[in-house]
Parts: sequence; C-alpha cells; structure tokens
Amino acid sequence: MIDLFSAIPWELMAWSVGKTLFLIFVIVLPMVSYTVYAERRVSALIQDRIGPNRTGFPLSLIPGFKKDFSPFLGGLGQPIADAVKFLLKEDFVPGHVNKLYFWLAPALAMMPAIVTLAAIPFGSEIFGTKLVVADINVGLLFMFAISSVGVYGIVLAGWSSNSKYPFLGGIRSTSQMISYELCMGLSAIPVLLICSSTSLTKIVDYQIANGWLLLPITDGHLGFREALLFVPVLIAFITFSISMFAETNRLPFDLPESETELVAGYHTEYSSMKFALFFLGEYTAMIAGSALIVVLFLGGWHVPFLPTGAQGGFWGAVWGLASIGTFFAKVAVLLLIFIWVRWTLPRFRFDQLMKIGWLYLFEIALVNMFLTAGILAFVK
Amino acid sequence: MAYVVPRPKLTWKEKIYLPSIVAGLAITFKHLRRMLAGQTKVAMQYPEEKWDANLPEHYRGAPTLVKDDHDRERCVACQLCEFICPPRAITITPEEIPGDSKFAKVEKRPKEFNIDMIRCIYCGLCEEVCPEQAIYLRKDYAITGITRAEMVHDKKKLYELGGTMDGLVHKWNPLK
Repeated sequence: MIDLFSAIPWELMAWSVGKTLFLIFVIVLPMVSYTVYAERRVSALIQDRIGPNRTGFPLSLIPGFKKDFSPFLGGLGQPIADAVKFLLKEDFVPGHVNKLYFWLAPALAMMPAIVTLAAIPFGSEIFGTKLVVADINVGLLFMFAISSVGVYGIVLAGWSSNSKYPFLGGIRSTSQMISYELCMGLSAIPVLLICSSTSLTKIVDYQIANGWLLLPITDGHLGFREALLFVPVLIAFITFSISMFAETNRLPFDLPESETELVAGYHTEYSSMKFALFFLGEYTAMIAGSALIVVLFLGGWHVPFLPTGAQGGFWGAVWGLASIGTFFAKVAVLLLIFIWVRWTLPRFRFDQLMKIGWLYLFEIALVNMFLTAGILAFVK
Repeated sequence: MAYVVPRPKLTWKEKIYLPSIVAGLAITFKHLRRMLAGQTKVAMQYPEEKWDANLPEHYRGAPTLVKDDHDRERCVACQLCEFICPPRAITITPEEIPGDSKFAKVEKRPKEFNIDMIRCIYCGLCEEVCPEQAIYLRKDYAITGITRAEMVHDKKKLYELGGTMDGLVHKWNPLK
C-alpha cells in the first residue's frame, strides 16, 4: 500500500485531491441544494404560485445583526434551512426492516452519483493540469457502469424496507433501469463512432476541433458530411435525453417514487439524513446526467471563438476558470429543462413506460447506430 | 334512439405524441413567463399585504361589546348570548348597578364578560340574539395569543375592540 502511494508523484496526488474536493464541495453539492431550490421555485412559477421567498441567510443569529440577509430573489437561505431540518429530524428505523441493507441503501444511492462525476471533464486546463479528476480512456463506459450501480441503492431500499409500497417501488425501478440503460448505451454509440474514442476528454477535444455535435457550425464552417451527420446526432440526442430522464427517475418516468400511487415509493420508510441522502443522490445523478449530455453533445466546457486556457500563465488560468463556469452554466440550463419537463408532463403508466423503452426508443437507437455508421462509411 | 359514442381514430400526429409534449411545454412556459413578468395575479403576501380594506360589510370577525353615545355600556347582562352560544365561549357574571350611578334605572350590568376566543366559532348568533344591540361582530380576524389565558377576551378588551355605536343600528340588515 505504501509502495503504491509512493509511486504516485505528490503533485499529481495534490492536484487530484484538490480537484475532487473542489468539484464535490465547491461546485456539485451547492449546485444540488440550489437545484432543489430552483425546482421548488420554478414549479411554483409554472403553477402560478410564488414559492419559497422568505428564508434569508440567518445573519440575525450572529450578535450585532438585526435582520436576515435576503438578497434579490428571496428564499435563497432555504437550502440551509432544509439541511438543518434534515439534520435535526429523528432518524427513525422501523422495527421490521433488514437493518444492514436499510443502512447501506442510502449510501449506495448517493455514492455512484458522486463517483461518476470523476470522469467528467468539467473545464479545460489550469496551470497545465487538465480539469478532470480521472482522465480515463474508457470514461463513457465508466460512467455507464457506475451510474447503473445507483439502481442497487433503490432496489435494496425497496427490499430491505419490508413493506409493500417500497417493495413495489424497488421492483419498478429495477425493470425501468434495465430497459432504459440499454437504449442509453445504444444512443451514445453514434457519438463514439463520430469521435472514435470513449474518452470523454477526447470527445470534447473532437468537438472543439470540428464543432459541437449538436451545433456543428461552432467551428466556423459547415461541411456536407457534418450536415448529414447532424440528423443521427439529433436523434441520438433525443433518445439519450429521454433515457437520461428515465435513468435519473425524473418525471415523466418517476415510477419508483410515484407519490400518488406508492406513497413515496422506495424511500417511504426513510427519514432524516437517510432520506436526504436519497434526495441528494437523485439530484447529483441529475447533475451527472446533464454533465454527460453536455460533454457528449454540447461541446463540454467549450465556447466557440474564445481561448481555451491551454496557453498557460495568468490569462490561461482565467480562461480555465471561465471554462468551468461555462460547463456548469450549460449543465444548469439542462437542469432547468429537467425541471420544466417535470412540471409539464404527467407520469406514464407502467406498461406505457415499458412499451416506450423496448418498442420505440430501443429500435430507434439501434437503427440510428447503423445510420451513423453508414454515413461515416460511405460519405467522405 | 341509440347513441353511438364516436371513437375517433388517432391521427399520426397524435400517435407519435411528441407534438403534444411540445404543446404542453409551451403552456407551462407561458405560465412561467407571465409570472416572471408579473402579469399573473397571485396570492396576497399576507403579513405585508392585507385584505382589510376589502372586507365586506357583513364580515363576521371577533365579537365585541359596544357602548352607546352617552358612554353607557349597552349590555344589561341578560345572558341570552351566553345561553345561545353554540361552543359556550361566553361567560357572564352579572351585577346590580349601584343606586348612585347615573344609569341606575338600567338595574343590571355585567361584572365580568369573558369570551374565550379559542372556542368562538364566529357564528354571529350572539349578535343576532342580543335584544340591546350590545354585542357586535367586528372585522378583527387575526386574534392571536401566546397563552390560553391571553386568548380569553375580558370586558376591558371587548370594549376596547368594540368602541361606541351611536343610535339604533339596523340589526336585521340582510347582509349581516
């Protein structure tokens, strides 16, 4: 073990730890809590309500301050209040559950979502260091593999709770994940064919050189082949996004949870921080999913016609930080679309869900794969 | 005549389902935009904005006691309101008006008049039954307190809320 660590240069070690901490604690977890806030606020606006607009930052707890700080939108302190509430609630474990798996399930729901973030290139470069925690050359496969581990959290939660609603939620989740995992993988294949790599950084590099896949004019010109390839890429984008909705249990595919039929689905028996972990896991998975869509189709952290931060020096670092901002701005737009769709569509029936997955999306993704391969083979 | 319920065939547009999703998204986006532009009338922000100016004439708020224009308390402690009160919120202790008082010929007045506002259901029967037009439901609706004892309105508080009511009031106002 000691040998293993001493074999790693300490700079690499320090950068990796720094990047991981930065990504998780500075970007993703605050983003998760403010996604929850955005969810509540946007849903309220869509339903002609106002939403949480009272809770400010609790400055009045500090002596010397009279009022809470509640900046422009109001309610921005709501995530803090939610977190404190979760921490203070009683952590109740019902007597009829299987204790080991009951405790294991929330961790299994949260961890894969965070681990998948490791392979995401979330920025260009700062001082010559690539802004990706683990630049592995099978990044996409890694993401698929780990994100499908997330289903075990839900299945174990449903099973170990030992009561009927969580059980039904767990079963639904299993079949849903299996159906949609498949067409998610298949609809990513056109991207792999075009970029001829499974490394997420290589995919981003390809898109910087040849234009974003979903917007092929970002490199300044549009060739005939690119225009032709746009058709399968668009289809792949649509099928991939729909599968991503199903994969992250978002409406209209939130059957494992489905409040109206199954009380709260797989987390019916959970309370306090264990419930919060499911919640965080779901939203982290949403962020990871959106990040994957951004990397595969929307050019990652790249903004057309701007320097990428690879030139080094002070300005390189500035552009590097700007690229992080760009990446998460794109992710935030996708998250807003997730929320918007959630508050528009009703939930599918279970047989409809299966039918869409197996009879339509799967076939479309399969045909699309051959279409892309054909275009790549015959059009030069 | 037998009526056959028509079962229209779905068009291809309805079958592929995506146009209706887009239409739905457009509708929710319209609501979002109108909310952001402040064009939708939404719920009142209660403690800051209040409905008070728009309360109707027949609004039934907290029951109160009133005095007449000679500053005499109208209540003669007949206890009819106490007996009719459905949740038994009213408790009256009557007393005789001493002979040296200006209003000695009225003979009786309440020594204590308590209305338990935790029990009160704002039905207005006390107001209807009162032969002396002494008890009125005013427009106060936010009756709050920290203790149970605080929620019992005594005579002083009731007169404070009620104020004076001049002359004969049309009690059988159809709106009331």
